[in-house]
Amino acid sequence: MSERIEFRFSGSGGQGLILAGIILADAAAIYENKNAVQTQSYGPEARGGSSKSEVIISDDPIEYPKATKVNYMVSLTQEAFNKYINDVKDDGIVIVDKELVTDFSKAKGKLYVLDMVKSAREELGKLLGLNIISLGVLVEISGIVSHDSIEKALLKRVPKGFEDYNKKALEIGFRLAKEVKK
Amino acid sequence: MSKNIKLMQGNEAVAEGAVIAGCDFFAGYPITPSSEVAEILSSKLPKIGKVFLQMEDEIAAMGAILGAALGGAKVITATSGPGMSLKQENIGYASMCEIPCVIVNVMRGGPSTGLPTLPAQGDVMQAKWGTHGDHAVIAITPSSVNESLYETIRAFNLAIKYRTPVIILTDEIIGHMREKVVIPDKSEVEVLDIKLPDVPPEKYNPYNYTSGKVTPLAPMGEGYRYHVTGLIHGETGFPSQKTDVIQNAQNWLIDKIYKNIKDIEKFEEFQTDDADILIVAYGSTSRSSRQAISVARAAGIKVGMFRPITIWPFPEEQISNLSKKIKKVLVVEMNMGQIILEVQRAACGSKVYGLHIVNGEPITPDQIFAKIKEVSEN
Repeated sequence: MSERIEFRFSGSGGQGLILAGIILADAAAIYENKNAVQTQSYGPEARGGSSKSEVIISDDPIEYPKATKVNYMVSLTQEAFNKYINDVKDDGIVIVDKELVTDFSKAKGKLYVLDMVKSAREELGKLLGLNIISLGVLVEISGIVSHDSIEKALLKRVPKGFEDYNKKALEIGFRLAKEVKK
Repeated sequence: MSKNIKLMQGNEAVAEGAVIAGCDFFAGYPITPSSEVAEILSSKLPKIGKVFLQMEDEIAAMGAILGAALGGAKVITATSGPGMSLKQENIGYASMCEIPCVIVNVMRGGPSTGLPTLPAQGDVMQAKWGTHGDHAVIAITPSSVNESLYETIRAFNLAIKYRTPVIILTDEIIGHMREKVVIPDKSEVEVLDIKLPDVPPEKYNPYNYTSGKVTPLAPMGEGYRYHVTGLIHGETGFPSQKTDVIQNAQNWLIDKIYKNIKDIEKFEEFQTDDADILIVAYGSTSRSSRQAISVARAAGIKVGMFRPITIWPFPEEQISNLSKKIKKVLVVEMNMGQIILEVQRAACGSKVYGLHIVNGEPITPDQIFAKIKEVSEN
């Protein structure tokens, strides 16, 4: 891999999407020795508002740090889906949740609609960890880093006592992705 | 995997660089997009026996670091937007009293509260002229996380060497983006220590306007007693209204920086050898430019870049020399036209074009490439 691959997590402030981007960049940069840059964009409010977290991964040095031709996008709100879908490449991949994004009139690229919220509710008991489920989905679908690398990067960044919870969330993501990839 | 490789944010790299440089004291007031510098130092400094102080506002924080510096501490503060405006009066005090200090300004959209979370490069002229009166300043514009770390160490060294405020002028993109950094060991970098004067207290003058050498600032409490005032002062530190003292003091504030410009300057030239168009860009905008340059070269347009790392004092000589062989210069900056004024003055042999986009979004390589095409056809 030498080409530049662009990832974008989008949703609303507070969903943990910036953290998801950091973990992905960490896995690529530190555990797989690639070049990776993570950036974010959000509004002045602490919660709510559309936010995005972007990761560029490449074997070559990365100059422009923001995504402009998105290869993979995750959207966890309808608003973010509508707002950020334009930059997705024609052959890009878009991952959304079945309950959170329902209007696909602006859709672009190849769409994966997954039961991430439903699985979180049923298997984790709450929606906390939805960001990590979506990270698992993204890693499984893109194959950009290994399961081992993403898990190491994840465990480094989650609070003590929540390691198993987050690992479980990541694995839910892997499984949901495998199901749709079939 | 070495322990010293980390994915970190530009703001974190500044904090890391400050610790490596031996920073003793941070005072500040958190403000987006600079807050991480304070947040990280609030955790790091106390653990190594150093001081973190949150003040009631930005000007008080500026005062606090100057007090600490007079006590012999290596000091830093960090702010953004309106916080930088608030600090200006005490930055002037630091210039006048020649107190070494490092000020981080992570630029955001302005004026006033402007755009707290969005990038801009609108404070470049403020860095030079934000405080009133004739003075010189050193300002540095890193363009990566790695450079943020190393340039912070250099900023501390320059502040001490020239007894001057040094401004690290990053922007929201550089401050908030994360990249891989190899964190150096203290033994791998040059760090200047604060030294006592080489004369005994009874022979010490805190200022010297004529020898051309910067007198070390004696830390208070070491037996050296002297007067500190924002009034124009003679070499003893006491106020003076004598015309020759005033002129000497004024000359010195400018000369100590400009006569040492070779030591202070730092820049990067990228593919300028065969270039027909020269881009001048700094900070995050230089990254977009570099990408645009590879696109342009692939399309057969020979473009190079001059990137000031020390932006003040401005590298006039280099721009002037480059403009003798490259006849078209394009300045790319996220403001309505600031450094372009300096470039126009220095590049008198060339036609100078500007790309100034200030809309809350970074300037993209596509936008720069479009401008390059326009300039090349012109």
